Amino acid sequence: MLSISNVSAGYGSFRALFGVSLEVKAGESVAVIGPNGAGKTTLLRAISKLIDLTGGEVTMEGRSLRQVAPHKVIATGIAHVPENRRLFPRLTVEENLKMGSFPVSSRTRFPEKRKFVFDLFPRLEERRNQLAGTLSGGEQQMCAIGRALMSGPKLLLLDEPSAGLAPVVVQSIMQMVKRICAEGYTVLIVEQNIRQVLKVVDRAYLLETGRIKSSGTAAELLASAEIRKAYLGI
Amino acid sequence: MEVFDIFLLEAVLNGILLGGLLALLSLGLNLIFGVIDVVWICYAEMIMIGMYAVYALHVQQGWPLLAAMAAGIAIVALLGALMHQFIIRPVLSAEPINQLLVTGGVLFFLQAAATLAFGIEFKNLGVKLPPVAIGEMSFSMPRIIAFVVAVAGVAATYLFLTRTYIGTAIRAISQDREIMPLVGVNPGRIFVVTSALGGSLAGLSACLLVLQYDIHPAIGLSFGPITFLICVLGGLGNMLGGLIAAFIFAQFISVGGFVLAIEWGYVIAFVFFIAVMFWRPQGILGGK
Repeated sequence: MLSISNVSAGYGSFRALFGVSLEVKAGESVAVIGPNGAGKTTLLRAISKLIDLTGGEVTMEGRSLRQVAPHKVIATGIAHVPENRRLFPRLTVEENLKMGSFPVSSRTRFPEKRKFVFDLFPRLEERRNQLAGTLSGGEQQMCAIGRALMSGPKLLLLDEPSAGLAPVVVQSIMQMVKRICAEGYTVLIVEQNIRQVLKVVDRAYLLETGRIKSSGTAAELLASAEIRKAYLGI
Repeated sequence: MEVFDIFLLEAVLNGILLGGLLALLSLGLNLIFGVIDVVWICYAEMIMIGMYAVYALHVQQGWPLLAAMAAGIAIVALLGALMHQFIIRPVLSAEPINQLLVTGGVLFFLQAAATLAFGIEFKNLGVKLPPVAIGEMSFSMPRIIAFVVAVAGVAATYLFLTRTYIGTAIRAISQDREIMPLVGVNPGRIFVVTSALGGSLAGLSACLLVLQYDIHPAIGLSFGPITFLICVLGGLGNMLGGLIAAFIFAQFISVGGFVLAIEWGYVIAFVFFIAVMFWRPQGILGGK
């Protein structure tokens, strides 16, 4: 579904990605794991065109995103839950969801999608008229994922959904990710919390200093000596 | 004593009428600053252009007054969109002082253009509306109309900003500009819509002012500064703060002017403004 080949990107003269290639097939859940500063967030930002590529190509369902304007990426079926959730703090939960269905083609399906999101996260329905900035960290993450689901995407990009959350909340967020995959969404998730994320995804890539270092199924990576030693402390 | 009270009441009511108009004046400027983060120093001059547009279409071209006013609003709305596209957009990431300077340049440009087109003589619509007497109190009809229309304009803007997708996006973009593309919003387009909306509010203000005041190229100077003071008093960019500040300011002007003398009303209002700035430099409801 999503194919990234030889992608390079950066900020000004600073290069964050050096020829990264990866593949996400329909129905799969794939993680990109790696330490702080490896370029994980940059990779997702490059896919959604929040930053320009300096080389390589991103294609969604066979269509190159090179000529697609940043605000049109969502129309190709990609929804991006950004790092730190980035809700609109002074809009209500309901208004944040409304912004998620901003593209004209999504608007008519707003009530149906909202029901879907509220079924997935009943907590959001209880808080629908509360300002998003007053939600707890876990609730904000639900709201951010809910906002992304409102456009009815095929592929969900999740950037560090567990960042800044208490361990017990991290587990429930990971269970949500699992449920979203079970609902048939294709998911590309970027995480530092390697142990937790490898329990819920099918495959993973290890990204270090802007390059893919290894890849495999979640079970293979969990068993690999390199990862166990460097990241899991075993 | 009884006579004094009735005139004080008249002054308070006149203050409320003035407050509605000042609220409308500050709304457009606040909206643009809150969303785009640029102060249009030339906002009052855009209102002046709107007043001349109504004058030109009604008096010179013979259009019916309401049609001339509708066209006047549309013209200033278009002016607002052009202002953003050609003046603000190129300097959007420049230093704030440079942004201020270009809008200041537009101020002089609009004044000069109006002088060339209409001369420096005072113009007016020649519309005379009788005052309204309630008991022993007397109110100017244009002021009552201005109040009612201004309140309706503020309410319509509120509904637009809270009930529509574009309006919600306008509020959202002021909270997080960078991620707007992720929800399918083209920020540039929202900025143009916001500028046109700010322009249409300036146009509506022009329609109400032209009923009360004679037009001349420098008329912006007579209500521009007070509009800025109200926005700053309420908290620049905070629309609710602007509305509250407009009504407070209007009471100082109206009641202060009644108790002392008309000119003193403004003096008291400005002293109050300076005092508030010492106490809350960010304005009544300002956050930052």
